[in-house]
Amino acid sequence: MLIRKKTDIASSEITSESVYKQRRRFLGQSTALIAGAGLGLNAPRSRAGLQEDDDITPERIVTQYNNFYEFGTDKSDPYANAGALTTDPWTVAVSGEAKKTGEFAFEDIVKGLTPEERIYRFRCVEAWSMVVPWMGIPLKNILQQFEPTGDAKYVVFKTLYRPEEMVGQRSFFSSIDWPYVEGLRMDEAYHPLSIMAVGLYGKELPNQNGAPWRLMVPWKYGFKSIKSIVSIHFSKRQPVNTWQALAAHEYGFYANVNPAVDHPRWSQASERRLPSSIFDPNRRPTLPFNGYAEEVADLYRGMDLRKFY
Amino acid sequence: MNGASLPTARGRKTILWIVLSMPLLWLAALVIQELRQPNSGLGPEPTEALLHYLGEWSLILVLLAFSVSPLRRRLGWAWLGQHRRFVGLFAFAYVCLHVLVYAGLYAQFQLTEVLDDFVHRPYITAGIGAFIALSLMALTSTRGWRWRLKENWQRLHRLIYVASFLALVHLLWLRKDPGLAEAIYLAIFVVLMVERMFSLWQRRRST
Repeated sequence: MLIRKKTDIASSEITSESVYKQRRRFLGQSTALIAGAGLGLNAPRSRAGLQEDDDITPERIVTQYNNFYEFGTDKSDPYANAGALTTDPWTVAVSGEAKKTGEFAFEDIVKGLTPEERIYRFRCVEAWSMVVPWMGIPLKNILQQFEPTGDAKYVVFKTLYRPEEMVGQRSFFSSIDWPYVEGLRMDEAYHPLSIMAVGLYGKELPNQNGAPWRLMVPWKYGFKSIKSIVSIHFSKRQPVNTWQALAAHEYGFYANVNPAVDHPRWSQASERRLPSSIFDPNRRPTLPFNGYAEEVADLYRGMDLRKFY
Repeated sequence: MNGASLPTARGRKTILWIVLSMPLLWLAALVIQELRQPNSGLGPEPTEALLHYLGEWSLILVLLAFSVSPLRRRLGWAWLGQHRRFVGLFAFAYVCLHVLVYAGLYAQFQLTEVLDDFVHRPYITAGIGAFIALSLMALTSTRGWRWRLKENWQRLHRLIYVASFLALVHLLWLRKDPGLAEAIYLAIFVVLMVERMFSLWQRRRST
């Protein structure tokens, strides 16, 4: 059991409320609303929350360069192997501190919810990054359907465990204890930036990107954004997420993008923006909370981010 | 098998040249494709791909150079023993390319960047350590140095244990979740070390 000690956060990491609200309003106004199931998007792309030089990463790279260890450890493996995954029918088990629990069909959960386009920076813990046009549903809208009780302090997600279709889960050498587990604090989950992505580039989410739906929390390292989710559990306790279980001194529960806290084996101060060229790794400084500090820094007020990495 | 069908020392060297150059030729093809059409030959992160490709082959060749003497001892491959220096220098050539890509394309020839990595990234510290050990071996690989160093030459060239160990650590520390390839390299290293200790023990017992 962790005992939390509250320490002061650096003043530079706290944003005034007015700026915070202004940013949120801007984001709200400019998100494109897409009718229907999130297919055939033709709405103009908004650039809310993006930097001047944040160019959208080509679709070929977003869909062919992935970390999804269920399909192999090479970044080209998911594209090569994820075709074997059946995503229809897709059942999601909801359990824990909520009024509506049980087994739900994926279609029934997302029915009536409209996916929005969200262009987010995506920063991997391995120090590369992309800019991805997701189609997603605010996570809050999804979770509220299950009416979590006051005891729900955390929400815990699990990826599908189906070794016959997921070749990485059959690997003898992997040290991961399947299924993959991730979690968020409830206030993180209810933050307007947190979405469940159901598509990208205006199309249905490809298997290698976490079909039929995956979490997308843009201010955290990519491994937090768990893919192909089959279980949602509302918990009183903070879960042990997969990478934390594997190497707790390297990967924490929070995993907020933070250039000031290095991975024990490499620096997090900069990142390589994809695609790069052979003569230039396209390095750029990493921003606190991946550039979303104005929106999310308040969630961690008073926490020592070196300790809760 | 009759004697005529066995290649001469010169012929064997040519064969080794060709075989050991293959990974580089393949890489050259990938680089040409990459230069023609960005992100085709080497993917979304060409610098990383180049670096890792050369690094992995460096490790394979260093382990191969390490295997030359044990293969001679255990399997009687005397012919390979004659080419130990050649294999070692070939491995060093791969290592030099790997280091050059790191220093030039990755660190953009920023010395501060390299020094910062050396201090803050333990796997780079290990890699640079392996490079220094291999450099010392390559520099003293000539006949002249062998003669000048006398019995110390043998001692100095035991740096191969250090170099392959550091090269392995270099690879294992940068991986998030080491897999089959890493397990194979590690197993080869362990087998080679056990063989080495065993043969030392044998020699000590027989004298």
